[in-house]
Amino acid sequence: MKRINRLMSFAIATCVAIGISTGGAMAQKRGGILKYIIPSNPPSADGHRETTFGTIHPFAQYYSVLIRINPSNPASTTDFRCDLCVGDVPKATNYGKRFTFKIRDDVKFHDGSKLTAKDIKASFDRIVNPPKGVLSARKAYFLMVDSISAPDDTTIVFDLKYPSGAFIPAVAMPYNFIYAKKLLDKDQHYYEKNVMGSGPFMFVEWQPGAFIKGKRNPNYYRKGQPYLDGTEAIFAKKQSINVQAIRGGRAYIQFRGFPPKSRDDLKKALGDKLTVQESDWNCVLMVTPNSKRKPFDDARVRRALSLAIDRWGGSKYLSKIAIVKTVGGVVFPGHPLAATKEELQKIPGFWPDIKQSRAEAKRLLKEAGVPEGFEFEFHNRGVDQPYKIVGTWLIDQWRQVGLKVKQRVQPSGPFYATLRKKKDFDVSMDFNCQSIVNPLLDVSKYLSSDVSGSSNGQYVDREVDEMFNKMNRSGDPVEQRKIMRAYETRVLDEKAWALPTLWWYRIIPHHAKVKGWKISPSHYLNLDLANVWLDE
Amino acid sequence: MDAVSQTIPGKEIEEPAASKPWLVSLFDLIRQQPLGAAGAFIVIIMVFLAVFANLVAPFDPIVNDYGSMHIPPDGTHWLGTDQFGRDVLSRLIYGARTALVVGFVSAFIGATAGLVLGVSSAYFGGLFDLIFQRVMDVFMAFPLIILALAVVSIFGTGVENLIIAITIPFIPRCARVVRSSALSIREIPYVDAARALGFNHRRIILRHMVPNVMAPYLIMITAFVGQAILLEASLTFLGLGVQEPTPAWGLMLQGGAEEYAESAPWMAIFPGLAISLAVFGFNLFGDALRDVLDPKLRSQ
Repeated sequence: MKRINRLMSFAIATCVAIGISTGGAMAQKRGGILKYIIPSNPPSADGHRETTFGTIHPFAQYYSVLIRINPSNPASTTDFRCDLCVGDVPKATNYGKRFTFKIRDDVKFHDGSKLTAKDIKASFDRIVNPPKGVLSARKAYFLMVDSISAPDDTTIVFDLKYPSGAFIPAVAMPYNFIYAKKLLDKDQHYYEKNVMGSGPFMFVEWQPGAFIKGKRNPNYYRKGQPYLDGTEAIFAKKQSINVQAIRGGRAYIQFRGFPPKSRDDLKKALGDKLTVQESDWNCVLMVTPNSKRKPFDDARVRRALSLAIDRWGGSKYLSKIAIVKTVGGVVFPGHPLAATKEELQKIPGFWPDIKQSRAEAKRLLKEAGVPEGFEFEFHNRGVDQPYKIVGTWLIDQWRQVGLKVKQRVQPSGPFYATLRKKKDFDVSMDFNCQSIVNPLLDVSKYLSSDVSGSSNGQYVDREVDEMFNKMNRSGDPVEQRKIMRAYETRVLDEKAWALPTLWWYRIIPHHAKVKGWKISPSHYLNLDLANVWLDE
Repeated sequence: MDAVSQTIPGKEIEEPAASKPWLVSLFDLIRQQPLGAAGAFIVIIMVFLAVFANLVAPFDPIVNDYGSMHIPPDGTHWLGTDQFGRDVLSRLIYGARTALVVGFVSAFIGATAGLVLGVSSAYFGGLFDLIFQRVMDVFMAFPLIILALAVVSIFGTGVENLIIAITIPFIPRCARVVRSSALSIREIPYVDAARALGFNHRRIILRHMVPNVMAPYLIMITAFVGQAILLEASLTFLGLGVQEPTPAWGLMLQGGAEEYAESAPWMAIFPGLAISLAVFGFNLFGDALRDVLDPKLRSQ
């Protein structure tokens, strides 16, 4: 009986698999130009140096990467697949300290030259140990890497200083474009203004501030892909233009995200011609008090700022008008390392009873000698979604514990300069946006300011740094989770160095004819467009 | 017939006309300048709302009420609510305060600085006038909004910086107009007389010339207030002016126009109307003031 059951199960599974694969293959149509809109302008074309989606959205399609998140399952935080490597993502050897990747030998750059392990080594050398004068935005993600070698044209080996669960997610970051060694040897800055990769599309034309065009790569190593004849992207920052472009058919999709109202307007206007994909977003808006300024050098005051914020209520209402929704701690909500709701509700500022929270906030402020009606300046970024919306909400939250807050809004450039260099702020909006969900490294945002380049609160807390190192060197997920809870309690409660508000929520309304693209928890992921096709 | 009682036929001494009661004069003025009166009425209403905002506004303009988001105009919220549940009418009333503070302060400072500089330029003449006017030409070469944008990008956002940004472009505009009036006044003998009596430059400029160019100065101020309100709204709309949660018309328009123009049009319509009405009112009032104060136009 068991055997019959097993046979039947196998038969059903086989039928389903065949059905899916046949159906999938038959459904995909070739041809057409994907028109999309990018609400930014790329500062440069070099993925290694940039941190913005403004570079990923126009240029990811022209490059291959070593490994990537599974494009058919981009919502997964652990499902990585080979892009340039062969077979599955390799397991670590040498006690978890060596990763050996076998490389495909059928990959060609768009100029016809062959891509080898030497090109991959040159690219990762540039990311991990950038030459003088070259910026690498993700150098800190590869601190565990000891050496990179390419013993032959189809093998690349990474030797680590210590076993690290953060290594594979770091390699899978979409910014790790593979460049041609011969071009890097000539000029390390070549890729800042030029495009020459091995991705599914070949670069045609880029008019900064206007548009970028690409065409199908006929020699792409994944046979049959890409399905599209080409792509055309328009650069337009204003959200109203983005909405109108999709509404009027000038663009079929925008890959960053829209607020709920725009989704509803588009749905109303386009009806069945519109498909909406939604997902939690690996991006959190935070409040960073300047711990060098009085009275924010007092942990009680910082805790009071957190206690005044009604995160659970804010989630309910702000999710109607802004691209934020989920209440969470330092780790991407839903990840195995993230706090459960019960664990979170024990942390001050996340208590379910807001009246109790605010009473405690007032008590702490009084105890710290902060008078009723105390005035301070809240520094914010001049971007509506979600910064200015959440900023207005925060000011109202603090008003309810007797604080009077004036807002200083700056455009992105001066905002970053104030936050990262000048440091002349009382309390600032801050954010932690990452691509691959990799909490072990993502929480580096909360390290001491002299350790992490992205920590802006000007504090030094060696206990936090120690916990971070211990967590990253531990191979045991149970122990990692335990340390993460202690880390979270230290950062959000005991010291309240930085205060997460709400995690973002990604909403992508697109023309229903755009098929094959799946939403992911990051607007940096799944953008090589090789599996996208148009049903027209 | 003694000499005392003799009168020369046709040469009777006219009795000075009895001054009319102020109310009658006011009605005369309204009849002569109906549009100006309408403008003045708008300005007075606006000033009243701005001064007594805390008594007139039905709700606190900065308190968020998430249970009342996007409510269309009704009996409780006459002009509806915005995306944070704030009463649009209350924010409009308090917004008048922001608009008038920025408008009056920047118009007054800009016009006054222009007045002093323009009269000084006309009085001293020569090389000083030549160089000063070329500097003014440079400022005048930039459209008002562009110059204000440049200034605000240097000083940053906020009400104080916004006032500076709007004031600076006004100075050369007023200086140019005032200088042309002051040039003719400089040639009048009493200025020479004052100089001959040994009065210093400051006294001659401030006591003898400036009072005689007050008409163009006042007209410029009223024109500037309208322009300043529009500039404040424009810069705030662009995100370079007043910041949330301060109630300001440009901010309300910016928050409502882009995302909610279709689903909650009241969020954009009413602040838009308020800006138009205020600028319209000040322009009408300024035109009427010019007609009343300018002797040439008055005789026509």
